[in-house]
Amino acid sequence: MSKQYAIVTKALTKRFGHFTATDAITFEVEQGEIFGFLGANGAGKTTAMRMLCGLLTPTSGEATIAGYDIYKQTEQVKKRIGYMSQKFSLYEDLTVKENIRFYAGIYGLSNQQIKEKTAELLRKLQMEKEGGQLVSSLPLGWKQKLSFSIAVIHDPSIVFLDEPTGGVDPITRRQFWDLIYEAADRGVTIFVTTHYMDEAEYCNRISIMVDGKIKALDTPRKLKEQFNADSMNDVFLQLARAKS
Amino acid sequence: MRTIFFILQKEFLQIFRNRSMLPIIFVVPVVQLLVLSFAANYEIKNLTVDIIDQDGSTWSRQLRDKLLASDYFSLYRQTYDPKEAYNDLAMDRADLVLTIPPHFERDLVREDEASLQMMVNAINGSKAGLAAGYASSIIGSFNRQIRLDWLALDEDNGPARIAVDFRYWYNPDMNYKYFMVPGILGVLVTLIGGFLSGMNIVKEKEMGTIEQLNVTPIRKFHFITGKLLPFWIIALFELAFGLLVGKLVFGLPVVGNIGWVFLYAAVYLLAILGLGLLISTFTDTQQQSMFISWFFLIIFILMGGLFTPVESMPEWAQQITLFNPAAYFIKVIRMVMLKGSGWEDIRYYFGIMFVFAAVINGVAIWNYRKTV
Repeated sequence: MSKQYAIVTKALTKRFGHFTATDAITFEVEQGEIFGFLGANGAGKTTAMRMLCGLLTPTSGEATIAGYDIYKQTEQVKKRIGYMSQKFSLYEDLTVKENIRFYAGIYGLSNQQIKEKTAELLRKLQMEKEGGQLVSSLPLGWKQKLSFSIAVIHDPSIVFLDEPTGGVDPITRRQFWDLIYEAADRGVTIFVTTHYMDEAEYCNRISIMVDGKIKALDTPRKLKEQFNADSMNDVFLQLARAKS
Repeated sequence: MRTIFFILQKEFLQIFRNRSMLPIIFVVPVVQLLVLSFAANYEIKNLTVDIIDQDGSTWSRQLRDKLLASDYFSLYRQTYDPKEAYNDLAMDRADLVLTIPPHFERDLVREDEASLQMMVNAINGSKAGLAAGYASSIIGSFNRQIRLDWLALDEDNGPARIAVDFRYWYNPDMNYKYFMVPGILGVLVTLIGGFLSGMNIVKEKEMGTIEQLNVTPIRKFHFITGKLLPFWIIALFELAFGLLVGKLVFGLPVVGNIGWVFLYAAVYLLAILGLGLLISTFTDTQQQSMFISWFFLIIFILMGGLFTPVESMPEWAQQITLFNPAAYFIKVIRMVMLKGSGWEDIRYYFGIMFVFAAVINGVAIWNYRKTV
C-alpha cells in the first residue's frame, strides 16, 4: 500500500441488453497521474467514465474512487470528483460569474471562498472583462476552458474529462492542456478521453480500449516500443485495425 | 439548506432572464381572464326566429310581440310560407321557427286548448336547448297571462295559478363571470405550477446540464425543492395577481375568507408541482413534456367543471373527475369565493388534496434518479 491509487477498477462491466459496452475492465490510476483513455467511437470509453462518475450503475465488477466504493459511497465519491462531459454543460443563460457562483455554491464553498475562487479563476483565464457576460456569447474555446476551471473549482482529487477539446482550435487546445498540467501539478488526478493522438502523448500513461476491452495500457513511450511504432497514431491504428 | 439557496438563486435568475417568462406571468392571466370570461358566456342572446303566423289573430300577434320583446329573440322573417322558414333553418339564418297554426285563437277560446309548433336548429345542442327553454318559458308566461285575462271573464271556472318564483343563491344575478373567473384562475395556477416546472427540469436534460448536476453531491431533495419552489411562489403570486384583476375588472365578490383560497392553492400546487416533476422524470425533451402536459391540461379543464358542470356529466365521467385535482381546486375556490365556505365545508377537500400531493410526489421522487 505504498502507492496511493486514485482509481482502482476490477472487472468493471456494463451491459445494455445483450450489448456489452464495457467488458470487465481492470486498471489502476495513481494519484496525480494524467491518464489518457483512448479508443475508437463506441469502444466504451464514455460508458466506463460515466460509471466511475456515478452517472451509470455498473452491471458487475468493482471500483473505488479515491478509496471510496462507487456503489455504496456515492456521495463521498461525488465530493471528490470533477467532471466535464462531451456536451457543453454550463448554463448559457447565466453569466460567467453566475455559473462559477452556482457550481461553487452547490459544492459547499463559503461566500469568501467563492469570491476568491472567482477572482482567481477569471484572472487565470484572462476573462476579467467577460465575467458579467452571458456564457452563450463566448467562443467555444473559452467555454471549454471555463468549463474545465469550473469542474475543478472545488479542488477535487480526480477530474474526469470526456473529449474536452473536441472542435477546439490547436492554440486553444494547447492552452487547455496548460490548464490540465497546472491542475496535475497541484496533485489532481486527470482522467481524460481524447481522439487527438498528439494529446495522447501528453499523458503519463494511456490505455486503449477496443470493443469494450482494454487492449493496451502503458506509458506512450513503452507502447510505441511494444508495437514497434513511430507515433501513438500508429499504435492506435494497429490496435483498432486488429479488430476488423 | 445552503445548496437550496444556490439553486433558487440560479433558477430565479434564469426564469426572469427568459424573455417569455414575464409575459407568461403578467399578460397571460389578464388576457385569459378578460377574453375567456367574456367569451365563455352561457347566456345566449340574439337568437333569430322565423314566425309563421297562419292565424293572424289578436292573440297570435300578442304572442309574437311578447316573444320579440324579450332580449333573447330577434325576428328574422315573418311569413305564411313554411317552406321559406324551413329554408332559413336549413341555411342557418334562423335558430328557431315558431308556427302558429290557423284557428289558434278560435281553438284557444272554444276548446281551451291550442297547439303551437316550434322547430329548433339543434346543430349546437346547448344553444338549441337554451332557445327552446327561453321560448317555452315565454310561451308559458303568455299562457298564464291569457288565463288571467279569462279569469276576469269566467270567475267560477278560473284555473288555479301556480307561480314559480326563482331566486338564484350565491350568484343572484347569474353573472357568469363570477363563475368563470375562479375557474380560469384555477387553470392559470395549474399551468404555471405544474407545466412550466416540469418543462424547466426537462430543459436541464435537454441542455445536458443535468449530467453536470448529477456528478455533484447535490441531494435529490435539494434539487427537487430548488427546482419546484420558484414555481410554487410564482403560481401563488399569479393567483393573487389574477384575483386582483378579477376584482378590479369584474368586481368579483369574495364572500369567504380569501386565506382559504390561498391555503388550498398552496396544497393544490404541491400536487401539481409533483405532477410536473413526474412528467419530467419520464420525458427527455421539452417537446415531449409539453405534449404530455397538454394532454393532462385538456383533461383537467374539460373534466374540471370549468365549462360544464361535473354534476351534468355521465356517471362514468363523474367517476373520472374524482381523480382530477383541478376539479377540486376549481370547486373549492368557487365555494369559498361565491358561497363563503369555511373550514368545516372544505376540510374534506383539503384531505383529498393532501392525498393527491403525497401520492404524486411519492411516485415522482421514486422515479427520479440521479443515475441513468
